[in-house]
Amino acid sequence: MIDLKDITKVYQIGEEKIYALNHVDLHIAPQEFVSVIGPSGSGKSTLMNIIGLLDTADAGVYTLDGIPINEYSENALAGVRNRKIGFVFQNFNLIAKLSAEENVELPLIYAGTPVRERSRRVEQALEKVGLSSRAKHMPTELSGGQQQRVAIARALVTDPSVILADEPTGNLDSHTSAEIMEILEELNDQGKTVVLITHDNDIAKRAKRSIHILDGKLSEVRL
Amino acid sequence: MSMSFKMALRSIGSNKLRSVLTMLGIIIGVIALVVLVSLVNGATKSVNEQIASLGTNYMQVYIWNTWDDPLTSRELETWADGEELVETVAPTIQNSATAKSGARSKQVSVVGTTSAFYDIRGLKLEKGRFLKPVDVQNNSCICVLDSIAADNVVGYRDCVGQEISLNGIRYTVAGVLAENDSMMMFSGESTVYIPFSSMLRQYAELSGGIDSFYAIPPKGVSVSDAAASVRNWLSGRFEKDEWGNDNFYVSTMDALEDSASSVTSVLSALLGGIASISLIVGGIGIMNIMLVTVTERTREIGIRKAIGATRRSILRQFLMEAVVLCMMGCIIGVFLSWCILNLANSVVQGLGLTFDLDAGVVLLAAAFCFAIGLIFGLYPANKAAKMKPIDALHYGG
Ligand SMILES: Nc1ncnc2c1ncn2[C@@H]1O[C@H](COP(=O)(O)OP(=O)(O)OP(=O)(O)O)[C@@H](O)[C@H]1O
Ligand SMILES: [Mg+2]
Repeated sequence: MIDLKDITKVYQIGEEKIYALNHVDLHIAPQEFVSVIGPSGSGKSTLMNIIGLLDTADAGVYTLDGIPINEYSENALAGVRNRKIGFVFQNFNLIAKLSAEENVELPLIYAGTPVRERSRRVEQALEKVGLSSRAKHMPTELSGGQQQRVAIARALVTDPSVILADEPTGNLDSHTSAEIMEILEELNDQGKTVVLITHDNDIAKRAKRSIHILDGKLSEVRL
Repeated sequence: MSMSFKMALRSIGSNKLRSVLTMLGIIIGVIALVVLVSLVNGATKSVNEQIASLGTNYMQVYIWNTWDDPLTSRELETWADGEELVETVAPTIQNSATAKSGARSKQVSVVGTTSAFYDIRGLKLEKGRFLKPVDVQNNSCICVLDSIAADNVVGYRDCVGQEISLNGIRYTVAGVLAENDSMMMFSGESTVYIPFSSMLRQYAELSGGIDSFYAIPPKGVSVSDAAASVRNWLSGRFEKDEWGNDNFYVSTMDALEDSASSVTSVLSALLGGIASISLIVGGIGIMNIMLVTVTERTREIGIRKAIGATRRSILRQFLMEAVVLCMMGCIIGVFLSWCILNLANSVVQGLGLTFDLDAGVVLLAAAFCFAIGLIFGLYPANKAAKMKPIDALHYGG
């Protein structure tokens, strides 16, 4: 379903060209759990942002569900981000002035879901991450782990087929990290494709497939 | 739609002081527009009522040349009889005299005229009667006082049958006019009406020429048509003066009304225009703060785009915020205008003036504010909508 062919992303800093992604080929099948590991600055986030349609490659073809993404309009891209992809970031990226449930509701509003259906699904999503009791809380009133769980609830509320998590445990202690990993594994068990970026080898090992990235180049490590 | 309205309210509410300061420009602009236009409208209404109360179907003709082949009342009446467009005329000559009654002595204005004057001017009597045709035929020594003259010369209104003297000649009071409550007619001057013929006898030095007359058209003829026929006649009757101007002037009340309404509509447009400028300045304030808001919320825009917001929904969100900000300013402004007008009403109480919140100008202000919100909100909102998700997400770390 996710198919990258010869994807390149170059940043020009003055005279120097930095290849954040250097002719990358990658295929991710439905329901896979893939971890991406590599040192800082190796191009992990760049890869993730291109897969998640937040950024575009300078060269190469990215085919999502059989359609090259350059055939999507700006509006259609927003729709795909909304329905097919759920993002989880290292720094949670919740909207500070919206409560937990409002943050989770937002993707449904953009999807045009009717109000009743919305509140039902928000409730469900929060329950899944074990945060039903904190629905009315503002992000600042939640711990890091709780905020990340809200972010996961937001990512899965539109029932996307892909969850992209960019170092979701980077800002959390090991205990909380384990909880977040459990949720992600559970989502994978329920049939979602999960792509997980991490620095941590132990966490990477929990994935069924691990990809190593260095200076914008991929090498696969079968575990 | 209602969702973006709620979001807009929330975002405006989350920074109340800034929102109020931003709205201040709009609030002041709206107050300026609504209050000024309502004040002008109130004044206009009162002026128009005054003019209407004067009666608008007569004309007054002033004749400057009263010495060189003067116009006599006989000539005027003969002309009027033969003129279809003029129903009745009342010649007048005006002068001043010292009026005495007992020990009291007052300077008054004396008007010599005929019985027709009463109907043409739509006067009302308080006591007695007005001049009659027979008084004019007989050079009778009778007079009619207006209410001011009765108060000043005799000392009381119920003075029919009393005698007063005008420059030493005795006149019997035949009637007293009712008080004129119209502000426009208030001159504070005492006026005594005497028969036209008695006037000529009283002031032997007069040429016999009338210095002014009143005329009304018959039913179904407009004053301006009648006035045209008078002008036509008089410009043949009198030569032009040495500067080529007419030696007479025809004044009609609808001319007064026209000029009053053109003055007030110019005033209204002028003040409205100035107020609109302050509204536009308020709009620039809105645009400024919306640009700040968009910059401050770049990350939020990135997050929204990452979870599926389209350009259009981002555009709508920020446009809504600008419009809601403007409309809140408008509502506050209209409310404050209402307070100010009420205050103004209590200040001018009893002067026959009322200032109402004009529905038209309130609608105008609302439409203007809406347009300003749209126009000045569009650029910042568009800037937000066009951001690339990745750039917005990475903004400021
Ligand atoms: N907007 C940008 N402008 C210039 N260079 C960039 C930009 N974004 C990323 N880069 C460069 O691209 C390379 C890859 O960056 P990327 O963010 O993908 O790294 P990463 O693997 O996610 O690192 P980390 O583990 O620290 O998050 C880095 O060398 C970085 O300096
Ligand atoms: Mg990164």
